[in-house]
Amino acid sequence: MAESKVLTEFYHLPEYQTLAGYKAKGGYETLPKALKMQPQQIIDEVKASGLRGRGGAGFPTGMKWGFLPKNGEPRYLLCNADEGEPGTFKDRMMMERAPHQLIEGMIISAFAVGSHKGYIYVRGEYVFPIECLNKAIKEAYDAGLLGKNILGSGFDFDLDVYRGAGAYICGEETGMISSLEGLKGQPKLKPPFPAVQGYLRKPTIVNNVETLAAVTYIVKDGAQTYRKFGTEKSAGTKLFSVSGNVVKPGNYEVPLGYPLIDLINNECGGMKPGRKLKAIIPGGSSAPVLTAEEVMKANLDYESLAGLGTMLGSGAVIVMDDSQCMVDMLGVLTHFYAHESCGQCTPCREGTGWLNKILHSILEGRGRLQDIDLLVKVADNMKGKTICALSDAAALPVLSFVTKFRDEFEFYVREGRSKVKGTTYAEMHH
Amino acid sequence: MFKLSEQGLANVNKELARYEAKESAIIPSLYIAQKENNGFITPDIIRHLSQVMDIPEARINEVFKFYTMFNQEPVGKYHVQVCTNISCALEGGREMASHICKELGVKLNEVTADGRFTVSKVECLGSCGTAPMMQVNDTYHEKLTPESAMNLLRGMR
Repeated sequence: MAESKVLTEFYHLPEYQTLAGYKAKGGYETLPKALKMQPQQIIDEVKASGLRGRGGAGFPTGMKWGFLPKNGEPRYLLCNADEGEPGTFKDRMMMERAPHQLIEGMIISAFAVGSHKGYIYVRGEYVFPIECLNKAIKEAYDAGLLGKNILGSGFDFDLDVYRGAGAYICGEETGMISSLEGLKGQPKLKPPFPAVQGYLRKPTIVNNVETLAAVTYIVKDGAQTYRKFGTEKSAGTKLFSVSGNVVKPGNYEVPLGYPLIDLINNECGGMKPGRKLKAIIPGGSSAPVLTAEEVMKANLDYESLAGLGTMLGSGAVIVMDDSQCMVDMLGVLTHFYAHESCGQCTPCREGTGWLNKILHSILEGRGRLQDIDLLVKVADNMKGKTICALSDAAALPVLSFVTKFRDEFEFYVREGRSKVKGTTYAEMHH
Repeated sequence: MFKLSEQGLANVNKELARYEAKESAIIPSLYIAQKENNGFITPDIIRHLSQVMDIPEARINEVFKFYTMFNQEPVGKYHVQVCTNISCALEGGREMASHICKELGVKLNEVTADGRFTVSKVECLGSCGTAPMMQVNDTYHEKLTPESAMNLLRGMR
């Protein structure tokens, strides 16, 4: 087993959810140390650790913090717990099993960036994780770990949970800020970046749950210890949420750089009996798909996956076996992105709709061979032309599925049924 | 004409006082109102919230219409939301949704004749490792089969 448990070592202990249980395992021991440091020292340590944002974009955390203006304006720390990327369920586990780990990471991060007010923006459906967080926040306030003059340090930090209401796009940081401001969760044009102009047009740092929790470890043991895990450019460990056709789906923490096929075979128990690996989406539904042959060459780090034309994203590994129809699966994705486009940018609003319509006309047996090229053309025209990455997120799976599994698309158009399943779309699901 | 209960009104006022921008209280207030109106929002509710919050109706309405967790139509006592996104689809989520509809004798988004259930398909709910799953009101039910899902629903009165 290659699991290196920086974040998840005690997740199996039910008492770890409570303040007492968290403290019993060394929780909140790093906070007094951090509060005695200079904020810049913490930022430097996070920079030296090589920690990159674990929400999907992989942007260096310390560098993001460094973008804050140097004046004394009020500033916000916003934790992105929206977790809407299909395939991703890692942050939910942390909020349910280790809420204090996130809270401690947020207090330390807030101190580093000079914020006195933080929000954890949680997707609306996560009612239980919200309850867990609220309970833990209350415990932290009661223990003097949140609020005024934390542990006698003179540092004040208030933390609140904000419940979203079911919109994938609120996982995008500026969409999230719009939502928190009581608007439609539509992304904003960047620049200005949130670090300069975010919530209520004040400087705002938005970090993912996993990123903020990792800060505690980095401050506790130092950047160099954190760097012992992972690769030079992709430092540390990462939570991978594995779903699909494996024996043991679940969350696994492994060092970055770990071979993808080892995660499948070792941690996840391999493919289900009698089935063969067909394809993997390695970083959430918006990442281009890898064929089984490509999976053998893939390591779970930012660079290796980029080298294969895909991305690490949120670390959501979606595994498909040889019984799956790629036309059908792409239909699921195009429907999702058409449903979730915020409608603000024309290439995305219209493009996601067209991709979905064309794909479903193929699935329903009304496709033409030229529709396959039309899918590629529409997707090509959607990339890099919108305010946020949703348009790209919709286009990239289309391009990769159609390119790598074109024979299945052509068969479906010619025969009006799935090459793999042998049935029509209606027979498959209704 | 809808009016928030005394407690509901107090909760909305609490939300209004909580944020530097009162508009931040729109989403929490819609949740409060939806709960008091058996799970859905009407134009009456938007008008009432507009008066209570001193925010234009159009402003609240655009938020209400944008987010999928605010219902525009009545729902059953139990709102059964079956995830059919990719990880659940790989493990039979769509077939499970069809099975539930068939067993309950309703189409998607219809309320059963006894008012108990509405079945909807939803996008990813973050339970991909425990697929297929459904959310019934606020509670997640995971690692289901069509039969185990129906057994759960049959137990709900």
